[in-house]
Amino acid sequence: MAYSDKVLDHYENPRNVGALDKNDPQVGTGMVGAPACGDVMKLQIKVNDDGIIEDAKFKTYGCGSAIASSSLVTEWIKGKTLDQVMEIKNSDIAQELALPPVKIHCSVLAEDAIRAAVADLKSKQTVASEVA
Amino acid sequence: MTARMPIYLDYSATTPVDKRVAAKMIPFLTEDFGNAASRSHPYGWTAEKAVENARDEVAKLVHADPREIVWTSGATESNNLAIKGAAHFYQDKGKHIITMQTEHKAVIDAFRELERQGFEATYLAPEADGLLSLDKFRAAIRPDTVLASVMLVNNEIGVIQDIETIGNICRENGVIFHVDAAQATGKVHIDLEKLPVDLMSFSAHKTYGPKGVGALYVRRKPRVRLEAQMHGGGHERGLRSGTLATHQIVGMGEAFRIAREEMDLENARIRRLRDRLLAGLQEIDETYVNGDLKNRVPHNLNISFNYVEGESLIMAVKDIAVSSGSACTSASLEPSYVLRAIGRSDELAHSSIRFSIGRFTTEEDVDYTIELMKSKIGKLRELSPLWEMHLDGVDISKVEWAAH
Ligand SMILES: Cc1ncc(COP(=O)(O)O)c(C=O)c1O
Repeated sequence: MAYSDKVLDHYENPRNVGALDKNDPQVGTGMVGAPACGDVMKLQIKVNDDGIIEDAKFKTYGCGSAIASSSLVTEWIKGKTLDQVMEIKNSDIAQELALPPVKIHCSVLAEDAIRAAVADLKSKQTVASEVA
Repeated sequence: MTARMPIYLDYSATTPVDKRVAAKMIPFLTEDFGNAASRSHPYGWTAEKAVENARDEVAKLVHADPREIVWTSGATESNNLAIKGAAHFYQDKGKHIITMQTEHKAVIDAFRELERQGFEATYLAPEADGLLSLDKFRAAIRPDTVLASVMLVNNEIGVIQDIETIGNICRENGVIFHVDAAQATGKVHIDLEKLPVDLMSFSAHKTYGPKGVGALYVRRKPRVRLEAQMHGGGHERGLRSGTLATHQIVGMGEAFRIAREEMDLENARIRRLRDRLLAGLQEIDETYVNGDLKNRVPHNLNISFNYVEGESLIMAVKDIAVSSGSACTSASLEPSYVLRAIGRSDELAHSSIRFSIGRFTTEEDVDYTIELMKSKIGKLRELSPLWEMHLDGVDISKVEWAAH
């Protein structure tokens, strides 16, 4: 399998690897995929009081393209609002990384991870506002 | 001398031709180029003599009579000739045939072809250690069973089957017994005077000989009959027509001579290297050796590294030339059918690596490999959410994953 230079770069030097405190009310966690399918992505975002994503971390079990897709996404979402990141499309990711057709699912998974993290954060915030 | 990169640890896939072997082969391409079937001049006589010398060497390694050795193009052809040839010849006695799920494709697919021709096949699953249960084998034999095929050394996990006992069970039941020994020559002692084996396949290129040549042992006493699969000039007593590839055959003979003379010393050295590699890799957490360690050639170490994904693992170890438990077809990753057959999960099958050590592997190669694996597995696990969950005490198999 030939990988693009960008995939190789993210694979060799993944950005923003790590974890945020999933119990922090400002942190949203999205975990998508399944081990049996060969990829699991965990994406975490932390928003500040202005609703801007100020930090993002990921961990990915998967092929080089899956690792690169999630690494790229963490770079893209930092500094954006939740609404802005919901506009990121898997095709943007696939294009940026020059993913071959058989690896498109990696970019789909990365998009799903963004949505899952945002959904988790929103559900936390709803609960918080109901309590308040 | 700087080591050539990537470091070759894939001797079960193929081996380099030993320089002594190559030197012996070359004159038979240029000067002694005669056709071994030419009876009327010295060119032919020289070729024939070389072919018969080589036949003696192959026979000697496995304690056979040279008249029991038939030249082929490799173990794939030997397996096909043995399995289809015997099944066809004896089909009036019955049409049931037995093999294992962990055999090489050259055996499995020959069986599949016989099924298409109306034979009935049983593919026995191995035990978790990769070995064939003798009770299960005995139970699988029916009155109409004509042929069984069980390999001596498995190409993926290196386990050694008890072919002596299996052969005795075959004898008791009047079943022809074929053994694929492609991975065994030069690694385990084979004594066909004692072993109750009727047909045995060999390949040169797994034992430092050239690719494209092999042999089939066909027992004379009691005599085993085959239907030829290649028809033509009647070479090899009509069992395999085609002008003999003198240079290839000479290479195989020399390779098997060297194996006979050097295997004990070589295997002791390789065992030390294997033990060193195993000890080093076992310092990594959550590693699983695939296949029994005791009944196994020292040349093979097949290990799964839990919580790392197969394809990223292959990318990570590009400085060593190894085989992985995922057959990387262009569209998808298929977990190894051998590892599935011994009960490994898809995930563990995917994250496995077969290290195979050989004649030219050095201690430095092994040490480099250990350090490389430690650092790359560590890096991939740092990236792995599954590893993180494992460290947090989560049982991954109990997690409900959203389907996608
Ligand atoms: C067990 C076994 N049988 C058969 C073969 C095929 O041998 P050859 O490449 O000589 O056709 C191989 C090698 O791939 C093997 O490992």
